[in-house]
Amino acid sequence: MSLSNEQMVGMYTTMVKIRQFETRVQGFFAEGKIPGFVHLYIGEEAVATGACAGLRITDYITSTHRGHGHLIAKGGDLKQMMGEIFGRTTGYCKGKGGSMHIADIDLGILGANGIVGGGGPLANGAGLAIKARKEDNVAVCFFGDGASNQGTTQEALNLASAWKLPVVFVNENNGYGISCPTSKSMAVTDIADRAAAYDIPGVVVDGNNVLDVFEAVSEAVKRARSGDGPSLIECKTYRWRGHFEGDACVYREPGELERWVEKDPIPRFENKLLAEGILTPETVAEIKTAVEKELETAVTFALDSPLPDPSDLTRDVYA
Amino acid sequence: MATKTYLQAINDGLRQEMERDSNIILLGEDIGRFGGCFGVTQGLFDQFGEDRVKDTPITESAIIGAATGAAAAGLRPVAELMFVDFIGVAMDQLFNQAAKMHFMFGGKIKIPMVVRMPQGAGLGAAAQHSQSLEAWFMHVPGLKVVMPATPYDAKGLLISAIRDDNPVVFLEHKLLYGTTGEVPDDPYTIDFGKANICRKGENLTIVATSQMVLTALDAAEQLAKEGISCEVIDPRTISPLDMGTIIESVKKTHALLVVHEAVKIGGAGAEIAAQVAEEAFDYLDAPIVRVGAPFTPVPFSTPLEQAFIPNAGRIIEAVRKMRG
Repeated sequence: MSLSNEQMVGMYTTMVKIRQFETRVQGFFAEGKIPGFVHLYIGEEAVATGACAGLRITDYITSTHRGHGHLIAKGGDLKQMMGEIFGRTTGYCKGKGGSMHIADIDLGILGANGIVGGGGPLANGAGLAIKARKEDNVAVCFFGDGASNQGTTQEALNLASAWKLPVVFVNENNGYGISCPTSKSMAVTDIADRAAAYDIPGVVVDGNNVLDVFEAVSEAVKRARSGDGPSLIECKTYRWRGHFEGDACVYREPGELERWVEKDPIPRFENKLLAEGILTPETVAEIKTAVEKELETAVTFALDSPLPDPSDLTRDVYA
Repeated sequence: MATKTYLQAINDGLRQEMERDSNIILLGEDIGRFGGCFGVTQGLFDQFGEDRVKDTPITESAIIGAATGAAAAGLRPVAELMFVDFIGVAMDQLFNQAAKMHFMFGGKIKIPMVVRMPQGAGLGAAAQHSQSLEAWFMHVPGLKVVMPATPYDAKGLLISAIRDDNPVVFLEHKLLYGTTGEVPDDPYTIDFGKANICRKGENLTIVATSQMVLTALDAAEQLAKEGISCEVIDPRTISPLDMGTIIESVKKTHALLVVHEAVKIGGAGAEIAAQVAEEAFDYLDAPIVRVGAPFTPVPFSTPLEQAFIPNAGRIIEAVRKMRG
């Protein structure tokens, strides 16, 4: 799968956008300006970016409770995302969903999901609709290592394989299901090994290398589009922040985070693009400034937007 | 108009809707060549093929989730679970995903799906294959809950359910499958939230659901011989619930008895009773009474199971007591 320079710069920009978006949210949450919980994606940007880089607007994704990155990578509007996180009427869900429930059907985003393991069966449903309409779209199901142990995920993998649904299961193995390390929650080292049980390809990739993720997911997407059914791609990565903001991460080994920070996917890709002359220090600075500006606009938009009126409470319960 | 069974009426509704709209697909365990656990989908596999009548593995979460995702992506799936009791393993996909997506996503995604599930005791199928669980679903905003009691209602309500843009829980009663009634050949709909006054009466209002409608009508017939005139109301859908018709009736009869097969505690009848107490207390001449099953799992052995299911005798006894 060959990428144009423009596409690579686009992927780099997406990663920067996710990082800066999350950093802003982190700051606002710490200031007590955001209600509820936020689960940040910092450190995992290469997964969403690499996986979504080859998708079309007509392809579907299902996301997780750690969904901001997936949404941005699939083209989510930063203003509406920020509006939703601040609980404003201009948010994607008019303030009724919050960080864990952002969706955009026009972009094929079937929603972030507050239930670990909730997305697999839904992605299959999208796959079923694609198949019923004889389209060559795909559905990508993002799920974590924790969700991998849920029955729903295994049921979904089985059904997708039995029915040859055009679904790509992208596992983000960030090392922890909340506080429980994968070494204590599963006997296998590689979640991708579970693909063997469903007779589908199971591939392990470096989840901090955006090009590796792109290659592996694109291959799986190609397979799905051509009617050969699902694949399971395991992306090994790491969650820099806690499970949720405010988590003191007492369960981490000393030095663990630092070792992963050295593998930060953004400078890694940036350095590669600089070395190849695809980016220059000037264009890097320009991209970062432009992203900052876009985020500033999104934040201003959100903070200037009205909070919902209590009379909206019982609206949209039924279609 | 032909005489059809409740089962044939549902089959009719499924077939005619599938002929009308190619976005409708069926999915569930053994619904293909086998024709469904109770035979409801017979002939549909032959007519529509395996792309539209999809036999699934025994995997209820995956079934309900696939229906939900497919609905979000533009199909109109009708899922079948063999027994309502199995929704337990798929409840997340129903109440956390399907029921909430429209609201959580700010009204921007529609989930037009139907989940058909047979419920009820009477077949000696014991505790895990005989429950009546409508109260679980009624308690969830975002779901609509339909409980047809007659073949006519079964077809009309099913067609309405399929055309509805929301997730609809369609609860069939196993003992009703063989009951017969007049069913129009052409497709027709019955509005949700519109109760059926099955029998007019003056002295007392009986609200009953599903199979209990027949039992209540039987009791009313017997009570009429004693000079007690009962109005029997079947809400048909308990979410939305037509409280207007029930309250109007209570204002006329001044007494309310609610009957359902589900266990009495925490049942749908409690909600109906509470709403009448809130809205029409001054019209009541006697305390509201509920007849439901005792607070126990459904037993296996026939005499125990028969003691579990409310019967006409218990309704008559309750009515006599209410009238002092």
